[in-house]
Amino acid sequence: MAYVDDFPTDARIVRWNLLVAFTALGIGGLFGMIQALHRTDVFRGFVSSADYYSVLTGHGVLLALFFTIFALCGLFTWGVTKSLDRPLPSARFTMAWFGFMFVGALTATVTILGGLVPSMPFNADVLYTFYAPMQAHPAFYTGLVLFIVGTWMAGFDWFRTYWRWRGDNPGERIPLQTFMVLVTMLMWYISSAGVAVEVLFFLLPWSLGIIESVDPLLTRTLFWYFGHPVVYFWLMPAYFIWYTVLPKLAGGRLFSDPLARVVFVLFLLLSTPVGFHHQYTDPGIPEGFKFIAMTNTMFLLLPSFLTAFTVVASIEHGARQRGGSGRLSWLRKLPWDEPAFAGCALAGLMFAAGGFSGIINAGMNINYLVHNTLWVPGHFHLTVGTASALTFMAIGYWLFPQITGKRLRLRSVATVQPYIWFVGMTLMSNAMHRAGLAGIPRRTAEPQYDAVTFQGVVGGVSEMRLQIAIGGVFLFFGLMLFLLVIFATWLGGSRTAPLRVNGTLPTPLSGPEHSPKILDNLRLWTAIAIVLIVLAYGLPLSAMLADGLFAPGSPPIPV
Amino acid sequence: MEIHRYEKLWTAAALLLIVGFIATVTYGALGPGVTMVDDSGGTIDSGSLDETQFGDPGVTQTGENQYEVHVVARQFLFQPGTGSPIRVPANSEVTFYITSADVVHGFEVAGTNVNVMAVPGQVSEVTVRFDEPAQYGIVCHEYCGAAHHTMAGQLVVVPEDEYSAEGS
Repeated sequence: MAYVDDFPTDARIVRWNLLVAFTALGIGGLFGMIQALHRTDVFRGFVSSADYYSVLTGHGVLLALFFTIFALCGLFTWGVTKSLDRPLPSARFTMAWFGFMFVGALTATVTILGGLVPSMPFNADVLYTFYAPMQAHPAFYTGLVLFIVGTWMAGFDWFRTYWRWRGDNPGERIPLQTFMVLVTMLMWYISSAGVAVEVLFFLLPWSLGIIESVDPLLTRTLFWYFGHPVVYFWLMPAYFIWYTVLPKLAGGRLFSDPLARVVFVLFLLLSTPVGFHHQYTDPGIPEGFKFIAMTNTMFLLLPSFLTAFTVVASIEHGARQRGGSGRLSWLRKLPWDEPAFAGCALAGLMFAAGGFSGIINAGMNINYLVHNTLWVPGHFHLTVGTASALTFMAIGYWLFPQITGKRLRLRSVATVQPYIWFVGMTLMSNAMHRAGLAGIPRRTAEPQYDAVTFQGVVGGVSEMRLQIAIGGVFLFFGLMLFLLVIFATWLGGSRTAPLRVNGTLPTPLSGPEHSPKILDNLRLWTAIAIVLIVLAYGLPLSAMLADGLFAPGSPPIPV
Repeated sequence: MEIHRYEKLWTAAALLLIVGFIATVTYGALGPGVTMVDDSGGTIDSGSLDETQFGDPGVTQTGENQYEVHVVARQFLFQPGTGSPIRVPANSEVTFYITSADVVHGFEVAGTNVNVMAVPGQVSEVTVRFDEPAQYGIVCHEYCGAAHHTMAGQLVVVPEDEYSAEGS
């Protein structure tokens, strides 16, 4: 029995979430290719340089918020219902949160696209970070609020499914997938409170003219209080897949359930008190607090290092089950022609590279060299742009048959697609990193200036541009192939043949019976997380508030 | 909880690496003395910069080899920097005070460590040594509006004798 047969209502909501996610991915990806060609001056015919920023805003918001979080909602709904073996309690409530998120995302997207149409009276050319005092149309902020409220309701839906399960199963360990969902959502509640305060108490009333001015540093700080944990909100669904599904795809089983729990708890504790590392070069924040954020950030590497070990060990176990041997030659026994496996494995590999470039960003004073240069998007196209995005695509190949009851179509296209993404990202990202070292800024339509010469540390600037443009085209091509496979499966497939995949997940080598009970004490970890946040943010935030909530104030500057 | 022996070794190595990274950053701060821009520049009313030292921004000499440079970033230029280059002598210690008159901007002297945000309401203070004569480009590296990509300037480090001959 496929998932769709066991949980028809939940399968529908998973499909809808993934449909919205992948549609956002398609539009955002098209924007990405336009940017890659525009800023490298290979082709500037799509948009003017002034409109480039509407495209860039769309790229950031559609991909970083809507694609990732709708994908998360699909995957988490699947994981909770499957691992607790019960449906979400109320289809109506589930539709309500999906509705909030969808209407919010649509409102924000239409407002952003308004920037491309001169006759439209609204726009939101404020980029994904929407720093005040640049101001977007109130509809943009309203859309964001609806979207975030929808995610809170989704989290509540998963929590109450868990509470009901707990009522029937007192004393049992929380199943691993549900544990991961709950811990991720606790992190999300704590961290999205920052952006909720920023938008609800400051930016939205300010855009409506109810308050005259806002403090740009305060709103920026509230954004980054949310802005780092959100990257874990993109990443933790990928980890969720790497821990619970990838070992099966490799032919083995998860190495250690206890360490998987430890890793997620560490993310809950450390994801938020690090936001100042996005503000290392900001005025108005004492150096000591930047240092605290730096040390917290470095310790946040630990769960990722642990993940690297467990995931590689699980894959190796799988390969050896399939007859692999030797120190490294077991790698050849892995199912590299299975797109779900290949995509997740390549995503993990690129995440390792992205992790190391992230360590440079995290290095406080070293960050001076790369802050706001092209290095930074080079970094996060490896993390969110590959570790998350390629994992979500790859798992789509595996999950779509199960939520539709239809066999995957165009298998051969699916088989090459992860490799196309990998090659495209290798070209684009390595060149972006090197361009950043040369000082070429990010977020700009034309990084060519009369009075400024950028000296490439490794390679020449024109070669980097070419790699970025070619890489961007490859990525878009890979994306189109993905969408082709998914929509062909969805719309064209029939439910006659039995599925080739199943959702049964093997038990870990070291199971939950080996993990200390305290790991499941969610109250304790939440309390510690809040204490760490108070230590990291208490004093600097109160210093910013001391001169008044809205001072030093800035009036709105429309864009 | 059972932890595999290799995993223990791996975790220990990871922790060592993490402590090592923190040590390199700490060394950068204490050894070569790379300080972070912080709250030392204070706050300012971005609506009335004219009543402050940013009313007439530019270079002032404050000691034998010491200079202060006040820079206002606004859509879409640096004052000074865009219209006329910022000029300082070689072998000098220069403290930049940078603020914004409108939205958030960036101030990056391409190819150097000088890389700060200009946030309205705040003053960014950074001190830099310029040992050799050179020409640098200044780039605004934070999106600041539709013509953001045109916002750039120049910083010229002139030979010491030439600088004093100009009397500037």
